[in-house]
Amino acid sequence: MASADEIFVKVQETLVDALGVDDDEVTPTATLIGDLGAESIDFLDIVFRLEKNFDIKIPRGELFPENLATADSGFVADGKVTVEGIAQLRTKMPHADIDSFALNPVVSKLSDLFTVDMICKFVATRLK
Amino acid sequence: MRWYWIDRFIEFESGKHAKSVKNVSLAEEHLHDHFPGFPVMPGSLMIEGMAQTGGILLGEHYKFQYNVILAKVPKVTFHSWACPGDQLIYSAQLQDAREEGGSVTVTATVGERLVAEAEIVFVHLNSDDPQLSRIDQKNFVFRMNLLDILTVGKAGAGS
Repeated sequence: MASADEIFVKVQETLVDALGVDDDEVTPTATLIGDLGAESIDFLDIVFRLEKNFDIKIPRGELFPENLATADSGFVADGKVTVEGIAQLRTKMPHADIDSFALNPVVSKLSDLFTVDMICKFVATRLK
Repeated sequence: MRWYWIDRFIEFESGKHAKSVKNVSLAEEHLHDHFPGFPVMPGSLMIEGMAQTGGILLGEHYKFQYNVILAKVPKVTFHSWACPGDQLIYSAQLQDAREEGGSVTVTATVGERLVAEAEIVFVHLNSDDPQLSRIDQKNFVFRMNLLDILTVGKAGAGS
């Protein structure tokens, strides 16, 4: 069982390779899209690399769920994710910091759930 | 002009690897501008040829049920030139293949000389995906159009 530090270092290497960023940019709180400039295409590349680097399987939608709280999902009202939507996020993304997001659940901040720490937590659950 | 940047396949092992040939010719118009007096195959077109090789390898793995789209080239290194008269061999290894897409590693060689190496990531789009309509069909080659190259390759191998 790898330690949290070991997981972080490997996740950091993975993101440096996938996103072409410097290792000091990849901090635990860095957001993939906002801080590290990831685009949707990069998520598949990141999944491939994590699977290889950690020798784990990541089924579709488990690390990076698709169509989260889209306009037609029924989980959005007035630009905010509804209580039911928050509950769904907790189910779909137990590895993400939903508590912080729930304080001000504006849809435009949804992508901030995808952080380096979120990946580390997800990987840790797969390595158990 | 047809957007074919490989001439034929010389090896094809479904789900594993594929090898294609690109003969560089002085008849190619762009070589006279790239560069005047010093014709070399543009690196971008080499990437296209590597992507066509790897894209067909991935597409065939799923019996061409998906539209294979070149999504990302995480890494490419050019080590050398390819000039008119050179025969480039693109060797693609399928690294990942799943419902959402796949990835390959490809080398380009002329004889023993390594010319380029790349990692390429593809995504799959279903034919009814609204994103597909945004793609310029003229430059969309991964599915049906290039299949005849595959046929040529098979015929060339005598099988």
